[in-house]
Amino acid sequence: MSWEVVIGLEVHVQINSKTKAFCGCSTAFGAEPNSQTCPVCLGMPGQLPVLNHIAVDKTILTGLAINATINLESRFDRKNYFYPDLPKGYQITQFSVPLVDGGYLDIASNDGKKRIGITRIHMEEDAGKSMHEGLDAVSHIDLNRSGVPLMEVVSEPDMRSADEAIAYLKQLHQLIRFLDVSGGNMEKGQFRCDANVSVRQFGAPLGTRAELKNLNSFRFIKQGIEYEVIRQIELIEDGGTVVQETRLYDSVKGETRSMRSKEEAHDYRYFPEPDLPPLRISAEEVALIRAGMPELPPQLRQRFEEEYGLSAYDADVLTQTRDLATWYEQLVAAHPKDPKRCANWMANELLGRLNEQGQNISNAPIDAKTLAVLLDRIDDGTISGKIAKDVLDTMIKTGQSADQIIEEKGLKQVSDTGAIDALIKEIIEANPKQVEQYRGGRDKLFGFFVGQVMKATRGQANPSVVNTRLKALL
Amino acid sequence: MDIDVKKVAMLARIRLTEQETRDLGPQLTSIMAYIEQLAEVDTDGVTATAHPHDAAMPLRADVVSNTNKRDALQKPAPLTESGLYVVPKVIE
Repeated sequence: MSWEVVIGLEVHVQINSKTKAFCGCSTAFGAEPNSQTCPVCLGMPGQLPVLNHIAVDKTILTGLAINATINLESRFDRKNYFYPDLPKGYQITQFSVPLVDGGYLDIASNDGKKRIGITRIHMEEDAGKSMHEGLDAVSHIDLNRSGVPLMEVVSEPDMRSADEAIAYLKQLHQLIRFLDVSGGNMEKGQFRCDANVSVRQFGAPLGTRAELKNLNSFRFIKQGIEYEVIRQIELIEDGGTVVQETRLYDSVKGETRSMRSKEEAHDYRYFPEPDLPPLRISAEEVALIRAGMPELPPQLRQRFEEEYGLSAYDADVLTQTRDLATWYEQLVAAHPKDPKRCANWMANELLGRLNEQGQNISNAPIDAKTLAVLLDRIDDGTISGKIAKDVLDTMIKTGQSADQIIEEKGLKQVSDTGAIDALIKEIIEANPKQVEQYRGGRDKLFGFFVGQVMKATRGQANPSVVNTRLKALL
Repeated sequence: MDIDVKKVAMLARIRLTEQETRDLGPQLTSIMAYIEQLAEVDTDGVTATAHPHDAAMPLRADVVSNTNKRDALQKPAPLTESGLYVVPKVIE
């Protein structure tokens, strides 16, 4: 039998505002437990929520970037459930009318481009954090995260494989970082994904889905979905039926298991949040936010290819983050002669070295102008490209400029014909056999002589001068 | 309208005696019947009221205005440890 996999994703994106959704508490990560709380986010009686302006603007910006409709009037509702990390006993969310309706992201798939529908983006508040590890009869609660603004991005069930799900998530992840609406750090829980997974015979109506939780890295998302697909197919083929339930992914065992405790509480009894009037946005405000939209990855990639003549691969690498793209354009501005060489050096040499040291472009020990000087030195013949790579190693280690390193280590390329001629003459004298053979027609020996000159100059002889002079003197 | 009193009580985390469960059933049913009178009004073409006050939402600037008042705020908590609230074990 042949099965079709159907996946829809719900992504919780933590908005990177300075303060919480409904109160003036800081959202800074890693503070002392419960040091960033107040009566509002602790759910004390009589406290009133006041919505964060920036959180609204960032949600609208994200909506515009996925070509969605911005609802000029949206509502807030209460989602009721009991859990110790939810002090009010309800979460403020947008259930009936979300701020953002409908949109899409285009992902690359096996057969070219595929459009993944986005049902809605709604605003809500995060819960606190519960800790159980190493504790016997109790749990510990930190409410610093309680009330941090989230946007929940809900996709249509448009994905047909774990790989498509990952492609969509990576696209969304890149987008939210480009828009600077979220840090997107998965380890810090700033980008969290739940996956609705079902299987069906091709052409059949949708099967019953299971909701997977606790998928906190791209790798686990892929593994969790793949495990769940096989589980459901085997279950059905053995005559069983899939039940609608929440399943927890266990990354240690590599399997999903039922979270029965969630089932009985699945009645959230949503009702309109009486403490918050409707959120009204004017068309002018939306237009203003649209005007501030930065260039997005697809446009940026295209521009890099057209304006700088980059390969699709290099353009893709250099538009992964806004920081990378900005750094590259700074490099081109400082070394405008050869944008392709800039791309090569940045993508292959610099990023490779940073990667090895666990660094990235935003904390690189050198800036774009510093790298540009190194490229200038290759251009003006001071050093060869090969030596330049060694210089770059030192630049990254010490943060020194190319000129300093070339000077201190005496790496200046020898282009002086007189000096090179003298060397060549010595080499000819020392190797009479090879000279005889070369002159007798063994052209391949030319490389031997080049090697000898380079060896004698520790690689510092200008290769093109060496070539011309060798040909003349041999 | 029949109300499942036990389910409502469970969702609201209210513990009821058998007697209370029996008494509350008819009471809640009569309250619902009273509210159901609203269904008699013809509301075709009327926009639903979003909020009793016809006000738009005021928004807050994104500026940190709260300082750490943990000690005072944790005073009513039955149990804390190293700044964390301690609760009976909850785990999935």
